[in-house]
Amino acid sequence: MNKEKHVVVIYPHPDDESFGAAGTITQFRKQGVPVTYLCGTLGEMGRNMGNPIIANRETVPEIRKKELINACKLLDIDLHLLGYRDKTLEFEDVTEVALHIKSLLEKLQPSLVITHYPDHAVHPDHNALGRAAIEAVRLMDENLRPTVWAQAITNTAYEDLGKPDIVYDVEPYFDQKMAAIQAHKTQASGILSGFKRKDKSNESLREIALERLGKEAFYIWDFKS
Amino acid sequence: MMKRIELEEVQQTLNTFLHKDIYIHLETTNGAYASHFNESINVGVFIRNANVFCTQGKIVKDKAHYRVGLKTKNGWIYAEGLTHWEIYEDKQLLMAGHDTEGRLLVALQLSETPFK
Ligand SMILES: [Zn+2]
Repeated sequence: MNKEKHVVVIYPHPDDESFGAAGTITQFRKQGVPVTYLCGTLGEMGRNMGNPIIANRETVPEIRKKELINACKLLDIDLHLLGYRDKTLEFEDVTEVALHIKSLLEKLQPSLVITHYPDHAVHPDHNALGRAAIEAVRLMDENLRPTVWAQAITNTAYEDLGKPDIVYDVEPYFDQKMAAIQAHKTQASGILSGFKRKDKSNESLREIALERLGKEAFYIWDFKS
Repeated sequence: MMKRIELEEVQQTLNTFLHKDIYIHLETTNGAYASHFNESINVGVFIRNANVFCTQGKIVKDKAHYRVGLKTKNGWIYAEGLTHWEIYEDKQLLMAGHDTEGRLLVALQLSETPFK
């Protein structure tokens, strides 16, 4: 693998970076590659209020912002907030969002962009921001375009899209990944316990997480076809 | 901090929002991943900063949950499954229902000024 110059991660929610790409990010940081996270929203409409409950609908954005800042500190990456509102990204004008992202990419000049695979990323915000991020790169001068790694997280991604181009076994970095996930205090337990299977009720959260999140896979976006 | 609903206290607070223009946030959700983890479909709705004028407001207990009905000039606002409440920043009445994992299922919030 060629050494990247700068990696920009573009996801809509505080915690997408930790659940989706913390292992990959850790690997890049170990190589000394700068990583910047462009986070689309503050997860204002998230429904995990902590267990026990510590947040409410009005305090969620501030709490999740603090959690995100902590996670980014642990991952040792720069953070830039895009300022959209949770659950509304698909209703924004795609070109407007794309131009916003493009202006940031032109400043940051990444060699690699990581985002969600449109239509294969489960949450409408994931699909919408992935689409806008890819459009942003497409609108860039061809010679300046970074490579795009798109992450599909649907249950049927392999059947629908074939085998991913890049599959990282992130087990060597799994402690860092778990720490980043757990920095999202209000989100971590609610989401991880959602992965629990009825037949294996005594699994630890780490075991569940390793099973579901131990590999990070990406498709290299083809701008030619 | 959200705490378990106390019917009397919530009723008294509700009364202070009657007969004036107020803003409401009303929401219900089963989460964006409902259909990802099992066979159900994603269901959700929210309206934020709808401007309403309520003439009556009442909270009713049903086992462990509460319902709130607000009679407006031209219709009704209704929420079911509420478990927790809080007076936020001395002025906003927040009510919500959570599951055992602390996930929000339903929210009804009243304020004299728009929510942020
Ligand atoms: Zn997300």
